[in-house]
Amino acid sequence: MIEIKGLSVDLGDFLLKDITFEVKQGEYYIILGPTGAGKTVLLESIAGLYPVKKGEIWLNGKEITNLEPEKRGIGVVYQDYVLFPHLSVKENIAFGLRLRGQPREEIEATIGWLVELLNISHLLERKPDTLSGGESQKVALARALSVKPKVLLLDEPLSALDPETREDIQHELRRIHERLNMTVIQVTHDFEEAVALGNRIAVIGEGRIMQVGTSEQIFRQPNSEFVARFAMSRNIFSGEVHDGDEECAVIDVGDMQIAVASELRGKFHASIRPEDILISTEPLKSSARNCLHGAISRVDNRGATFLLTVTVPPDFICLVTRRSFEEMELGEGKEVYLTFKASAVHVF
Amino acid sequence: MSNRLPLLRRLLANKMTLTFALLALVIMLFVFVPLAKTIFSSSPATLFDTLLDGQVRGAIWLSIYTALLATLVGTVFGVPLAYILARFDFPGKRTIEGLIDVPIVIPHTAAGIALLFVFGRNFFAGKAFNLIGINFVDSVAGIVIAMLFVSIPFLIDSAKEGFKAVDVRLEKVSRTLGASPWQTFFRVTLPLAWRSILAGNIMMWARGISEFGAVMILAYHPMVASILVADRFEAYGLDYARPAAALLILVCLIIFIGLRAFTYRGAKA
Repeated sequence: MIEIKGLSVDLGDFLLKDITFEVKQGEYYIILGPTGAGKTVLLESIAGLYPVKKGEIWLNGKEITNLEPEKRGIGVVYQDYVLFPHLSVKENIAFGLRLRGQPREEIEATIGWLVELLNISHLLERKPDTLSGGESQKVALARALSVKPKVLLLDEPLSALDPETREDIQHELRRIHERLNMTVIQVTHDFEEAVALGNRIAVIGEGRIMQVGTSEQIFRQPNSEFVARFAMSRNIFSGEVHDGDEECAVIDVGDMQIAVASELRGKFHASIRPEDILISTEPLKSSARNCLHGAISRVDNRGATFLLTVTVPPDFICLVTRRSFEEMELGEGKEVYLTFKASAVHVF
Repeated sequence: MSNRLPLLRRLLANKMTLTFALLALVIMLFVFVPLAKTIFSSSPATLFDTLLDGQVRGAIWLSIYTALLATLVGTVFGVPLAYILARFDFPGKRTIEGLIDVPIVIPHTAAGIALLFVFGRNFFAGKAFNLIGINFVDSVAGIVIAMLFVSIPFLIDSAKEGFKAVDVRLEKVSRTLGASPWQTFFRVTLPLAWRSILAGNIMMWARGISEFGAVMILAYHPMVASILVADRFEAYGLDYARPAAALLILVCLIIFIGLRAFTYRGAKA
């Protein structure tokens, strides 16, 4: 278990102040916040790589606030991999093991186990600059795991990857976490990533932790305007994805079903961007699979656009331009139809 | 523009690159012609005779190894400073960086006088070193500190750029994998910055060999090659000085080109 107590970190321009949270053994903990919120620095101070101004860090009942990073047993993986460019993949993974002066066979065995776990045995002799983003991130993970860290810190590990690779690595992360019962703290600015991976999420902003909770709690009961804006910028639902009556898959959300275009089956999340939902006052005839009927329960004036909350239920967030809003004479209580394609629904 | 076209055609393609090419040609000739003329105006036989002249050989050898000593001392003390300047921000850093480069911009005779004021027999550092038997006036040690003073900026600047180019996070990752700061420096930072450090070493060493002014003030004797050339020119004139100059240029050229080739071997352009 890792405990952060009243941590303050000086970032030059501003302060991270009074950061307090605890991560349980085996938990996947997400720190969610916008770019520039000081997330990387927070991770680095947990790892002992950035000076702490005030506060304490405890790991498994021992205070480590002033312990050197090499004695903490906390691994770090950065967004852009940061592999040692002068070493081969194998030497990168062996770096920490060699420092411990382990016998050759033991090092080989650990490397063998790691490359099998991450499916990268074919890369061992390559140099980092010949690897793709996904391959690099797997090597970086293997290197961090090689020394059997007590806690693994991940700094936006998916942000530099293309969407397909991202799903792959996200899957790997979840698998590693489950197989090794690893305690993971990951920072990200991506709400979907947070929902998909995290047991618990801490939303960070304005130099402090705004809210801690499960994704459901953060999403359904945001405790501040900041968290609400951050979490509600998208429609995110969770439910069972299964084969529908027609050729399309569907996800059960409460009493209703939403058609989705996905190969995934089982308990997953679905998200729809507010701008992908068409709003009309009459049912639309179109090829779009989803047409729902609901009433506007809330209107947020954003200047050129309006953010509408439409209760079906559940609540959908939709974006309309000021012109459409005025032409359709929309307002609170007005009944509308929501139309969106199955392919506009992202399942993750 | 395709890079496969011959250089000349690419340069002739428009007036701007053509003008630049002509201007570049002037400066290249300005550097190359005197060098070539000095080397080739002495016949190989004369050069060989000069090589057999013990005084010339001794002076060239003295230049080479005193410059090497200066570079070694400079590396031990200069590389750590370069690392600190590359990795830390602190008030006064710019001032230090500026001061380090001062030896490049002041006349080297003045640098020699300044050194004499500290390392001369009657001054503090001179007295202190005298206790352990090191004397800087008209001695090898004097040549070394004169060279060290005027050439150290080249090493520090080059090493600093080399360290800056190493991502700090590589060092951070190394630490989290269990490496101490020393291990991190020798296993990560140095292997990634050695090319810049070696390039700085070569520049420093070459600058040391070429030094005249500061060495002349501190230690006219024993004569390093640059002083020998000047001495012969003063005493006997151009014809007598030229073969020694040619030989010095040749020796420097060979070592310099060889070391550069080694440094950039396998490096990406």
